[in-house]
Amino acid sequence: MASQAHVETLAVREQFDTAHQQQDASTLGMWIFLLTEIMFFGGMFMMYTVYRAVYPHVFGLASSTLNEMIGAVNTAVLLCSSFTMVLAVRGAQLGRRRTVMLFLILTIVLGLVFLGVKGFEWNQKFQEHHVPGLAFHMEGTSQQGPAQLFFSLYFAMTGLHALHMVLGCGLMLYLLWRTYRGTYSAEYYTPIDMGGLYWHFVDVIWIFLFPLLYLIDRHLK
Amino acid sequence: MTHPIDSVKTYAWVWAVLLILTALTTAVAHIDLGVFSVVAALGIATVKMLLVALFFMHIRYSDKLTKLVVLGGLLWLGLLIVLTLADVFTRGWLGFPGK
Amino acid sequence: MNTAVMPERENYLNASYGLKSWLLTKDHKRIALLYLITITLFFLLGGVFATLIRLELLSPNGHLMSSDTYNKMFTMHGVVMIFFFLIPSIPAAIGNFVLPMMIGARDLAFPRINLLSWYLLVIGGLLAIFAMVSGGVDTGWTFYTPYSTSYSNTWVIATALGIFVAGFSSILTGLNFIVTIHRMRAPGMTWFRMPLFVWAHYATSVIQVLGTPVLAVTLVLVLCERLFHIGLFDPALGGDPVLFQHLFWFYSHPAVYIMVLPAMGVVSELVSTFSRKAIFGYKFVAFSSVAIAVLGFLVWGHHMFVSGQSLYAGMVFSFLSYFVAIPSAIKVFNWTATLYKGSISFETPMLYAFGFIGLFTIGGLTGLFVAALGVDIHVTDTYFVVAHFHYIMVGGAIMAYMGAIHFWWPKMTGRMYPEGWAKLSALVIFLGFNLTFFPQFILGYLGMPRRYHTYPDEFQVLHVFSTAGASVLAVGYFIPLVYLLWSLRYGKVAGANPWGATGLEWQTASPPPVHNFDVTPVVDCDAYDYSRVIREVVEIG
Repeated sequence: MASQAHVETLAVREQFDTAHQQQDASTLGMWIFLLTEIMFFGGMFMMYTVYRAVYPHVFGLASSTLNEMIGAVNTAVLLCSSFTMVLAVRGAQLGRRRTVMLFLILTIVLGLVFLGVKGFEWNQKFQEHHVPGLAFHMEGTSQQGPAQLFFSLYFAMTGLHALHMVLGCGLMLYLLWRTYRGTYSAEYYTPIDMGGLYWHFVDVIWIFLFPLLYLIDRHLK
Repeated sequence: MTHPIDSVKTYAWVWAVLLILTALTTAVAHIDLGVFSVVAALGIATVKMLLVALFFMHIRYSDKLTKLVVLGGLLWLGLLIVLTLADVFTRGWLGFPGK
Repeated sequence: MNTAVMPERENYLNASYGLKSWLLTKDHKRIALLYLITITLFFLLGGVFATLIRLELLSPNGHLMSSDTYNKMFTMHGVVMIFFFLIPSIPAAIGNFVLPMMIGARDLAFPRINLLSWYLLVIGGLLAIFAMVSGGVDTGWTFYTPYSTSYSNTWVIATALGIFVAGFSSILTGLNFIVTIHRMRAPGMTWFRMPLFVWAHYATSVIQVLGTPVLAVTLVLVLCERLFHIGLFDPALGGDPVLFQHLFWFYSHPAVYIMVLPAMGVVSELVSTFSRKAIFGYKFVAFSSVAIAVLGFLVWGHHMFVSGQSLYAGMVFSFLSYFVAIPSAIKVFNWTATLYKGSISFETPMLYAFGFIGLFTIGGLTGLFVAALGVDIHVTDTYFVVAHFHYIMVGGAIMAYMGAIHFWWPKMTGRMYPEGWAKLSALVIFLGFNLTFFPQFILGYLGMPRRYHTYPDEFQVLHVFSTAGASVLAVGYFIPLVYLLWSLRYGKVAGANPWGATGLEWQTASPPPVHNFDVTPVVDCDAYDYSRVIREVVEIG
């Protein structure tokens, strides 16, 4: 391998020797980032595991105040958005600009629907006085403290997830704009690929949040 | 790594199974399985995660290092949870006050 | 002997001028210098707090400041030194500079993320400084709940935010290093031909990406509790404050390995170079780095023996803590074996390496003392623990950092530092350090609690020794600041390889060209092969 200074392109930046090397590096980097996200959300999953183990009855009661149908439908919405996302990536692999744009738009719309429903649910919780620290009261138990713990976890975990969804929608908008401008091709579509990985990851988090928050002890209702 | 391009049909099948599993986990939650309710819920969630990871995130085409990164992350999270639970569940075991 | 004229050859320092060329640089070497300046400033700030602490402890009745103020002093000393100096230090200021060169790369995998990392450290630091000038924070660097969440009336939120942002600086650096080492090695640079410095930083980076996010979410939960009354650690709600400690120490124990592993990597380079001998047991040292990274995640409960954690868990964590000492000991044995029958010279970097080996051994052995459940009941939260970790962090990590600065100074700046003054400072630092911290082992064993500023009269003699030592130590750190800056203009012009060291970074000019190598190297020999080294003390041509 001889001298280094080649003309820098998007697909082969100056620190890399080949496009393949850059793509490999980007992919590994993205997966390591997702690894950090596993540990980031993981702290809250740990808290949830401990408190549910210690207060199983109250957690079941609190969970049943959530609307499982809305939760299930919202889960389906997010799964649909993952479907449209992977079709966007596939379109990018095939170099089909319009296909990519269509499916990115659908993904964003579905993401916004999810967020809208989430906002509606949160508002419901607010109406029912199930928001910790704001005149909290949940009927059916004298253990108001642990009930607040459930809802603290509910808001913290769905809140962090929603924040990631918002960032994800922003990311998709950026990719949409770039696609419109013709930045990507079948030879270079790595950012779309990486965006897809992020989006799917946020979906996987919700795949776990749904049963853990909404489906505790439903057989008792 | 430019991986093979999957067909729309493949993705559609995965998507359909994911939706079915969502309905399934919601339905199963209404059946009294005792301690196995949690197992069922987490089991179904794990299957959904694997489907998304293998097919949508293309892990089935990834190199060993990527797979190691994912496995490592899940293992490390498991470590955090298990060792903390090892404290929470064993308080009072040895009969010393406050321990 | 050329002292006054800067080389005309283009290098990364003179290739472009102006503030923008530095603040918007993508060059890992420039980013390393940005980090070097930043962390030096934080070190000075942390040192100011240390000075105030030691001044206060001169007298048993605490006349200089109130208890509340003292709480703020040790909190801010810890926060600044750990999060804004030690964690970034070797990886960001040294690793950023030499690691790509060591593996024959032109830069890190993600240069712009590298720059972002620096900005995140600066922003986090500014947030923390804002908290300090607004009145400070008094929770201890450990932020234990429920004091930090429910009772403290100090600037917890701003400080926690500052550490949160700086944490992402650390995560991104680790991510960058891992990808670089996996994907950017030059042809022929196999894993087992890499310098041990690189192995050490690989292990460090794995800890950074696995552990720091947990600290981040823990800080988020503290913020949520303070801002939104989401009381996850509040005992009044049935919450468990000890869970905070589990989350906190899950990161903060491995964090100490983030601080010491790079130092060990440096020591491997120094011991090899200044005994002109390959490191004994290369693979053992390499795998020990990885072992420390993994085992370091299994022992965090040893910080919680008296917290209310179950006795059973305490026993498990105590048992596991003994294992993590083993790979560290393996390294010390291998460095010693490297010295045996080596051609040893005592330049300043080697003095710091010797300092590291001796002081880290003491610090590490006392770690075994505190790992024992029974002993720890007696010495926990006393000055014994304070002495233990300062022996490792200051006697170990900072000594290695000083060794690294001196070793790679000619490469980074193209100048030699004055050897006489450097040796003197190393000696002053060594003496000052031991005078400061050895009395603290005794104090702790006798029962002097940490974080207290009043104490029984009979402890005063030892405190006075400690403060005297601290002033000597301060002088020892101050002198290099002066002569290193002096050397930038008046130091001897350095050649490519003034130490006769192995490693690809010594095969390119001092200071290096912008792209590190004029021709990408092809590697065909092992890491510490001295038969091929050309020692170029002064620049030729």
